[in-house]
Amino acid sequence: MSTVKPVNQRAWLLILPVVLCVAFSAILPLMTVVNYSVQDIISPERRIFVGTEWFKLVMRDDDLQGALGRQITFSLAVLLVEIPLGIALALSMPAKGWRSSAVLVLVAISLLIPWNVVGTIWQIYGRSDIGLLGASLKALGIEYSYTGNATHAWLTVLLMDVWHWTPLVALLCFAGLRAIPEAYYQAASIDGASKFAVFRYIQLPKLRGVLMIAVLLRFMDSFMIYTEPFVLTGGGPGNATTFLSQYLTQKAVGQFDLGPAAAFSLIYFLIILLLCFILYNWMQRVGTADKTEAGHG
Amino acid sequence: MDERRFKKRSIFLVLYLVFAILPVYWMVNMSFRTNEEILSAFSLWPRDFTLEHYKTIFTDVSWYSGYINSMIYVAINTVISLLVALPAAYAFSRYSFLGDKHVFFWLLTNRMTPPAVFLLPFFQLYTTLGLMDTHIAVAMAHLLFNVPLAVWILEGFMSGVPREIDETAYIDGYSFPRFFITIFIPLIKAGVGVAAFFCFMFSWVELLMARTLTSVNAKPIVAVMTRTVSASGMDWGVLAAAGALTIVPGAIVIWFVRHYIAKGFAMGRV
Repeated sequence: MSTVKPVNQRAWLLILPVVLCVAFSAILPLMTVVNYSVQDIISPERRIFVGTEWFKLVMRDDDLQGALGRQITFSLAVLLVEIPLGIALALSMPAKGWRSSAVLVLVAISLLIPWNVVGTIWQIYGRSDIGLLGASLKALGIEYSYTGNATHAWLTVLLMDVWHWTPLVALLCFAGLRAIPEAYYQAASIDGASKFAVFRYIQLPKLRGVLMIAVLLRFMDSFMIYTEPFVLTGGGPGNATTFLSQYLTQKAVGQFDLGPAAAFSLIYFLIILLLCFILYNWMQRVGTADKTEAGHG
Repeated sequence: MDERRFKKRSIFLVLYLVFAILPVYWMVNMSFRTNEEILSAFSLWPRDFTLEHYKTIFTDVSWYSGYINSMIYVAINTVISLLVALPAAYAFSRYSFLGDKHVFFWLLTNRMTPPAVFLLPFFQLYTTLGLMDTHIAVAMAHLLFNVPLAVWILEGFMSGVPREIDETAYIDGYSFPRFFITIFIPLIKAGVGVAAFFCFMFSWVELLMARTLTSVNAKPIVAVMTRTVSASGMDWGVLAAAGALTIVPGAIVIWFVRHYIAKGFAMGRV
């Protein structure tokens, strides 16, 4: 595995189908968006070229900056809660037998529920008159209302996301853990390694690959979250849970401002791209640094 | 010490499972109750047990066709995603070529595009092509986020297969397609299972694109469900029953791939 991959330009033939497929559904629509972003569309026949006008307009938009701030906070919170929880869950899942199968299916259930249904479930679940969560909190004496209180709404959206997506992290980590050969654990127990040392120097480094997928997927998906908060809170109260996607949709569909919406789309896309690029490179470095460190120690 | 540790883990697991199951239980609970009961009283179990909501779904064609439509485009999408992703993942895991890292990251960027960005362009594109309201349109649109993911997952699995296997096969006179289909794919069966599960899942639960690209003939269940919001208020019972039923296909799929997941995968180039 140590050898460098051979150079072979014909490998392009193998990736051609993917490139064509994705280009068809990505590049053509993207061109349309770029096209809109520099024009003022008054009617299908009347368009005026406006250059970077919309970009300037969008960048100065206070609501957008607010939504961006909320979005970043939310995505960070999602990662901080879901990644450790997902790892812990994967570590506690049984590895063999019918229990393992049963737990896998139970854990995966929330992933398989359509997103608007997720929102609807929590809408009921959180109501203090007829929902279990709301009623329990009320019984504990907490004045809980996800429609009236901005903090409660935000926390409910976060809790919903944790409920919905932690299984993704857990499933990936679970699969990653199962791939660690038994010999590693035997060597560790001969060395008298503590549980924590096993986790830190064997399990965590081996999970690097799957964690990279988990972190990036969770980051990008939480950054694009739309359906669940839209159904649950409609972005409110006020705009406490209006995240970027929803703000964009309000602009594009609600106000039908195609030009600014397109400019906004592009800026939005570039922000995700930039953040993912940083995260991707950072994680790749962290992993490698870890490996050399472990090698020396 | 070990015993206590084991117990602590089990308690954590049980607590999480309770947290995970309760909202689902609440939905299933609602699906067996009448609408009056749902809205009027808090109850841990159905008092006035009814199968009325399920009957509505199974007898009304506009409801159950939603499930069929969803399954059709999800199946098309999963098959196409895997077919195009398999050779590509092999190329990424085995060779270096001009722009390989850039193409790989470019693929991932498509996973990062907010669906809201593409709604209008997709609508125009598929209208122009005359594909609106067909299963293939939704399946094609969902390729945008499923193909990159499938390539990513499969590449990880393939990197775990020693390259000597390929070389030996070529020396033995296997052609690439024959080697790939008869030797290589069986080796990464687990990866194909996991990738298929993820493609299925993300396509099954997506709402925005599926709703925008369909109107009648290919309307997915997720879009059908939005119509329970009407002037007379929400039909909570039917909505809950429909929601409970959307879990079933996924649960079956995960049951089939559970062994592949339990077999484990070490991702990435070690």
